[in-house]
Amino acid sequence: MILLYKGRGIARGTGSGPLLISPAPISFLSGVDPESGIIVEKGHPLNGRSIAGTVLVFPYGKGSTVGSYVLYALSQNGHAPAAIINAEAEAIIATGAIIGNIPMVDRIEFPPGTLKDGIRVTVNGDSGEVACETS
Amino acid sequence: MHLDQDDERILAGEQGETRQKMLELLVALGKVFGAERLVPIKSAQVSGASYKTIGEYGLQWLNTLDAKAVVPAVLNPIGMPRDRWDEMGVSKEFSAKQMAVIAAYERLGIALECTCTPYYLRKTLYGDHLAWSESSAVSYANSVIGARTNREGGPGALAAALVGKTPCYGLHLAANRRPQVVVAVAADTAGWTIADYGALGYHAGKLVGNRIPYFTGISPERDQLKALGAAMAATGAVALYHVADVTPEAQKNRYDLAGIETIPVEGSEIRKLFCDVEVEAVALGCPHCSPEELKNIALLLDGRVVRKPLYVFAAQGVIEANQEIVNDIEKCGARVFADTCMVVSPVMEEYSGIMVNSGKALAYVPDMCGAIARIGSTKECLDVATE
Repeated sequence: MILLYKGRGIARGTGSGPLLISPAPISFLSGVDPESGIIVEKGHPLNGRSIAGTVLVFPYGKGSTVGSYVLYALSQNGHAPAAIINAEAEAIIATGAIIGNIPMVDRIEFPPGTLKDGIRVTVNGDSGEVACETS
Repeated sequence: MHLDQDDERILAGEQGETRQKMLELLVALGKVFGAERLVPIKSAQVSGASYKTIGEYGLQWLNTLDAKAVVPAVLNPIGMPRDRWDEMGVSKEFSAKQMAVIAAYERLGIALECTCTPYYLRKTLYGDHLAWSESSAVSYANSVIGARTNREGGPGALAAALVGKTPCYGLHLAANRRPQVVVAVAADTAGWTIADYGALGYHAGKLVGNRIPYFTGISPERDQLKALGAAMAATGAVALYHVADVTPEAQKNRYDLAGIETIPVEGSEIRKLFCDVEVEAVALGCPHCSPEELKNIALLLDGRVVRKPLYVFAAQGVIEANQEIVNDIEKCGARVFADTCMVVSPVMEEYSGIMVNSGKALAYVPDMCGAIARIGSTKECLDVATE
């Protein structure tokens, strides 16, 4: 079954991939390795995990504005997320998603328990729609 | 967000991929900050000019863009003067990368001026909407000129330069420009110099945080306002302030200050920031010197010999328009550099104590240069440099 949710489109385009949920904000500058897409921030709940090709869910971005360019770098070397879902978009992630051509949406109220790591999700950054496959 | 026909056409790609992308970025930032529309701007000041900041990836991204700025646009200061980097001890490798960044911006139609004082290069008027980046320039534009700008990030300001518009939110709206806290200065300010006003800003920025302060009890002139605002933007996040009977919006509007918190500041609190520590070098021009400041430095240096390294920073355009004065300053043994400053250039890192006439530098020198900072008036700075 596919469940559809509607949020707000921030960066245009469509991307699909397995869901990866970060309960904590992400700093792309120094928090994510720009070569590999692996989260390297000490103490981060996703430390050691790769965000490459995932539909990455996290509350919002934090840290330096230079983080936008790290998202761009990841998009150039093939290690960017397939799409980004934020609770609330802020300037660093929105900028990085747009210059890196990474579809992005925000402001979606997912019913508790809907989102599980690994389920296949498609994000449409034009319409703001998110399609979650449930097994 | 409401977009007009021109915006829609750009968004549909009618003016090429770069402008399409840049408009997408402006719309996204507009959504993030709750703008209802875009507003045309008169000029842009783009941060992200330093290779040290944007790095290889930022440079790569710039090189993919293909459009020209449609409004006058300049850059933030960079880590070295364009033509005299070797004099500053910058490596050849770094300088090549830095020049590549500058070249990328030049290709996009951004003027090769790397300065925190774009208002000395092009007349900026009351009520102009702008997309500026550097915190002291933003403060000066908003407060001293009465123009309207938020503090833009690098890509947002670049997008604004290439499209000619910026999202209309925050300080672009009159309702968001009202005073939020009164700073009542009780001091004899008659003989105050830019250093005193910088010290006041250093102190006040910590007290007011990100609120819009309304000063009473002071009557600063333009360069003193510049020093005050720059320091408040460094120790606080003040992008706009008012001074009773002095700044344009305080003159035009009768602000109702009833019910607003008042913070008293006494002269002794400001004097406390002046101390007598040993320094190895002296640096002036944070923010970049005005023509009047350069003139004053030349006058005070006349007939003296500089014995401690003395650096003076100003915009290239200001230096060129005042070349004789600059020559006089350099004849005494000082160095006048464009494009860079004491905060962003690595040259100051070799000193353990630096004397400045700026409250902003007083805030940044310890962290960014790893040195003790001492504040004094321009005259005191030059006395120390020549003693």
